[in-house]
Amino acid sequence: MAVPKRRMSRSNTRSRRSQWKTSAVATQPCPQCKSPKLPHAACGVCGTYNGRQVVEV
Amino acid sequence: MPKPTRGARLGGSPAHERLMLANLATSLFKHGKITTTEAKAKRVRPLAERMVTFAKRGDLHARRQVATVVRDKDVAYQLFAEIAPRFTNRPGGYTRIVKVGPRKGDNAPMAVIELVEELAEAPAPKRSARPAAAKTETAAALAPEEPAAEAAVEDTDADESKSE
Repeated sequence: MAVPKRRMSRSNTRSRRSQWKTSAVATQPCPQCKSPKLPHAACGVCGTYNGRQVVEV
Repeated sequence: MPKPTRGARLGGSPAHERLMLANLATSLFKHGKITTTEAKAKRVRPLAERMVTFAKRGDLHARRQVATVVRDKDVAYQLFAEIAPRFTNRPGGYTRIVKVGPRKGDNAPMAVIELVEELAEAPAPKRSARPAAAKTETAAALAPEEPAAEAAVEDTDADESKSE
């Protein structure tokens, strides 16, 4: 099995980790209450999806 | 070659998976609407719709096939007596899954699965309907359990009065 021969420097470690990035959650404005919601999911604020009340709020 | 099951594998063993899906389907018919994870909702949908199709057929063989999944006799009776007639004009697609976003705690994507036609009010206590159910189902098997079943009905009555 392949194993590292040399310890990796902090600089190299950090250079590699500089590519770890987060991305914002994609949201859509709710057609009922205009607050941002996940696409294809019921709105967490007003609890509606497709004009139908899905969850009680 | 057998066709693989669609969707996620649940639980640790096939028996556990069957039990979980059966319990989910029973809860769905009992309450009309349940919140669960997306994976489970997607797995329970074909099973639940198959049960509704059996209930629409309504003969003894269908009852026995439903009884292998829905072990609760009250729920099975309700499925045949109340849920099936609501779907007589609907050729399939008896349930609806709506995603409701990730769960707090483990971030699991959650969904609400519900029967498409709304439950007409809270299920009324069917004390008078029970004997008819006992007759149509396997009467011999039910006979010794009769007092227990009556007690269960009374319990649900008490719960309903509390919640109101």
